[in-house]
Amino acid sequence: MNPVLKLLLEGEPLSTEQMGQVLGMSETEVAMELEKLKDQGTLLGWRPILNPALDDDENVRAVIEVKISPEREGGFDRLAERISKFDRVESCYLMSGAYDLLLVIRAENLKRIAQFVFEKLATLEGVNATATHFMLKAYKEQGYFIARAAADEDKPAVSP
Amino acid sequence: MSTANRFVADHVAGLPRSGIRDFFAIVSQMKDAISLGIGEPDFVTPWHIREAAIYALEQGKTSYTDNRGLIKLRRALSTYVEENFGMSYSPDTEILVTVGVSEAIDIALRAVINPGDKVLYHEPCYVSYHPSVTLTHGQAIGVPTSAEDNFALDVDKVIAAWEPGVKVLMLNFPTNPTGGVTDRAKLERLAKFAVEKDLLILSDEVYAELTYDGQHTSIASLPGMRDRVIFLHGFSKAWAMTGFRIGFACGAPELIEAMMKVHQYSMMCAPILSQEAATEAVTNGAESVARMKEQYHRRRDFVARRFNEIGLKCHAPEGTFYAFPSIQSTGLKSMDFCKGLLDAEKVAVVPGTAFGPSGEGFFRASFSNSYEQLITATDAIERYVGGLG
Repeated sequence: MNPVLKLLLEGEPLSTEQMGQVLGMSETEVAMELEKLKDQGTLLGWRPILNPALDDDENVRAVIEVKISPEREGGFDRLAERISKFDRVESCYLMSGAYDLLLVIRAENLKRIAQFVFEKLATLEGVNATATHFMLKAYKEQGYFIARAAADEDKPAVSP
Repeated sequence: MSTANRFVADHVAGLPRSGIRDFFAIVSQMKDAISLGIGEPDFVTPWHIREAAIYALEQGKTSYTDNRGLIKLRRALSTYVEENFGMSYSPDTEILVTVGVSEAIDIALRAVINPGDKVLYHEPCYVSYHPSVTLTHGQAIGVPTSAEDNFALDVDKVIAAWEPGVKVLMLNFPTNPTGGVTDRAKLERLAKFAVEKDLLILSDEVYAELTYDGQHTSIASLPGMRDRVIFLHGFSKAWAMTGFRIGFACGAPELIEAMMKVHQYSMMCAPILSQEAATEAVTNGAESVARMKEQYHRRRDFVARRFNEIGLKCHAPEGTFYAFPSIQSTGLKSMDFCKGLLDAEKVAVVPGTAFGPSGEGFFRASFSNSYEQLITATDAIERYVGGLG
């Protein structure tokens, strides 16, 4: 795996300069590697991972199971890509099992999500059924725990 | 003033305090110091291992165990050692679970040393080796390793240090604090020497999994060596389980039986919850170990490179999570350098002399730390060294 990518995946926020220091590369080389990763489509982008409980905008999140009809050519892709284009859709996955697509949706309030479902989603040709589940509380968000661990005061500062 | 000192045994009174303890006393006074002085992983024990301990507690596993350790753990260790080190030990008679490798070293020495027996060990080394020999009324003879050899053992020096009465050779590769390893060819020469002089070898291989370049070889795996080596290993380092205190010893049944006697009358058994956790670790921990190792590896490359850039000559440690750079270019003694660094930049590293006289002119820096801390600390060391000139 690309060393720059490996370092990114470790999750420690480092500047390109610091990444360069760690990897023994110049800042420019790191920046070029990052550009390359973006061009290849490996690195889609990055955003901070926020604690949903401390979201100032009080956004509501839901997952929606969607049953859709596959098409003769392209299977689920055309419709899945079309659904993905809505800004409210944060993630969209084709699933095995009882339904076809799993969407993760974020909106300002419950009403907006409901509106999205019955106005935009359910009305699409090829969408056969939807089931919406609202998220109540997050315990772990993309690998990060919501509850903060207490500082470790018992570990000695110097040990053999 | 207390006169209770008169009760303290002579050989204990004569033991120096660990240099690390003295330095720790200074560091702990200092707020906000960045510490590269910690001899344990920065990672918390992987959850699946912690969870196994919790589950065992829920199941009411609070009893003593067999003195030798849980049989399921010994079976798992037998498989692990065979698959990863190439030696085959019977879980029934050739494996003993101990309270960390520290206990294993202590009881191995107590099981084999008669008063006056001599023990060869290489230094700089882990702080307990020399004192453990002294506590058994043995005589420890240090064999220096040096930066010129990347702290591998110079077999000629071992041969030169030998004298009549030497019974045991203690090895620790990869080495805390130097990160040195010793390759197969050298181990083969050492093995031949051990046969020639009829030496017993205590081989502490607690950092074996954290070997970055090339394959780790245990001297116990070399032909004809199995029964003259006590292989010591434990979970503290590669599995990040220091606080669980689990180690183990493998060797000939007579040696393990002798160690078991000492263990039985002193420790009874290792704590059952820790043994349950260790069983999970050795059975299902490979992925966690590999993930942590990869992160240490990248940090090692960075830290070794930075020390060299700063002008502190540093070989890339081939194992462990310690770098052992030379400060000879500064002209300072290790303790003065480390105290000065702590005062000037609030960065704690351990003076090389804490690990033996050959550690003079070096310090130990643990790279089991976040990149941010490593960058900040090495930048601080650069400023400090720059200001010395």
